[in-house]
Amino acid sequence: MARITAGVASSHVPLLGVASDFGKDRDEYFGPIFAGYDWTREWEKAEKPDVVILVYNDHASAFDMKIIPTFAIGCGERYKPADEGWGPRAVPDVEGHPDLAWHIAQSLILDEFDMTIINEMDVDHGLTVPLSMMFGKPDAWPCKVVPLAVNVVTYPPPSGNRCWALGEAIARAVASFPEDLNVQIWGTGGMSHQLQGARAGLINREWDNRFLDGLIGESDHLRRIPHIEYLRETGSEGIEMVMWLIMRGALGSKTRALHRHYHVPCSNTAIGHLVLRPDNGEGYDMTGSEGGPPIAPT
Amino acid sequence: MTTERPAHQDIHEYLAEFEDIPGTRVFTAKRARQGYHMNQFAMSLMKAENRERFKADERAYMDEWPLTEAQKQALLARDYNACLDLGGNIYFLSKLFSTDGLPFAEAVSTMTDMSFPEYREMMNKGGRSPEGLRSIKEKR
Repeated sequence: MARITAGVASSHVPLLGVASDFGKDRDEYFGPIFAGYDWTREWEKAEKPDVVILVYNDHASAFDMKIIPTFAIGCGERYKPADEGWGPRAVPDVEGHPDLAWHIAQSLILDEFDMTIINEMDVDHGLTVPLSMMFGKPDAWPCKVVPLAVNVVTYPPPSGNRCWALGEAIARAVASFPEDLNVQIWGTGGMSHQLQGARAGLINREWDNRFLDGLIGESDHLRRIPHIEYLRETGSEGIEMVMWLIMRGALGSKTRALHRHYHVPCSNTAIGHLVLRPDNGEGYDMTGSEGGPPIAPT
Repeated sequence: MTTERPAHQDIHEYLAEFEDIPGTRVFTAKRARQGYHMNQFAMSLMKAENRERFKADERAYMDEWPLTEAQKQALLARDYNACLDLGGNIYFLSKLFSTDGLPFAEAVSTMTDMSFPEYREMMNKGGRSPEGLRSIKEKR
C-alpha cells in the first residue's frame, strides 16, 4: 500500500526560482538561504519518493478571479510551468500521478471534503520553487507530483482546523491506495511576510519559530490559530502557513524533526523550512538517511 | 498563540476585526467585487501581446475594460495604495509590476513611507517589527 513517509515545509518565494535559474543560488545574498536546503537535497536523494503531494497556492496564474476553488486537486498527466508575466521558468514539466490523484480525490469527497478537480493547468512558482529547493536543477523532476492548490488569496481562506483535518483525510486516502508507493507531503508558502500597504515588510521571527516548534511533536494547538492572528502577527501574506497544517495533519499524531532552517530575509519574506517524519512507531524510516547533519537550531 | 477550541465564527465579527490592522487591506469579498475588473485587467497582462498593446497606449488599453475613472487614474499613476483601496489585489497588480520591469520588492516599497534603498536595508536588518502594528485599538 502507499504510505506517507515524510512531510516537508518550505517557503516558495518567486525570487528563489530566479536565483536558481540564473545561477545566483550561491552568491552572498542567496547562499545562506540555499545552504539551509543542502541537507534536504542529499536526504531526498536517499529517500527517493515516488510521489509528492504538493500543497501550494496559485498566485493569479492558473486561477484568476473567475473561479476561486478553496481546495483543488490536480488529477492531470502533466503540468507546464506557468508564464507569470516574464516567460515560464526554464524548469522541467511536472509529471502528475492521475491514478493516485483520482483515488485521493474520490476518497476525500466520500470523506466529506468537497474537492475541485483540475485536469489541466499550468503551475506557478508556488509549486515549482519548492521542487527547485528540494531537488536542485535536474533534467527531469525525480518524482511525480499531485498538486493540491489552496485559496489563501480571497478571504476567507479555509481555517487552520479545516486544513489540518484535510491532511488527516489525505493520509487515510493514501493508506487505502493499493500500490506500494513512497509518498511525501509538502506544505509550502509563508513564513511571515506582508507584500502590501504601509505595513509591508513585516517579519515576526519569534512567532515564526514558535510555529515551527509547534509542528514538531504531539501537540495539535496550531490548528486552532484564527486567521486574525496570522494577519496581525505574520503580515497579510503569512496566512499561507495554513497550508503547512495540511502537511502536518497528514503526518499523524506525532512528528519528529529531521532538519530545520530559518532565514531572514528573502526579498520581502522570512524563509522557513522543516523536514518531518511521522513518529508513530510504525517504522517509516526506510532509508537509514538519519545519519545526516543534526538539526540546526537557527 | 491562540490555543482555545475554534468556535463557530460569525462572518460580521470575522470581517470587522480586519479593519483593526494598521496599514493593511485584507482582500475580502467586498474588495474582490469592487476590484474584479481591475484584477482581471491586470491578469490580461500575463500575455505578451496584451503587454505590448498596453505599453503602446495605456489609456486606450484600459478603456477596453469596465474600470472606474478612479481605478484608471490609480493604475496610470502606479499608485498601488490607491489601487488596493479600489479593490486591487497584490498578486494581480504584480502583473503590472512585471510589465514595468519593476522588482517585486521595489514595487512593494512604494506603498510604504520609505525609499527602495531604505526598505531594502530594513529587510536586510530583519524586516519590520510587528511591535505596535498588530492592532489599532489595542495599540500593541
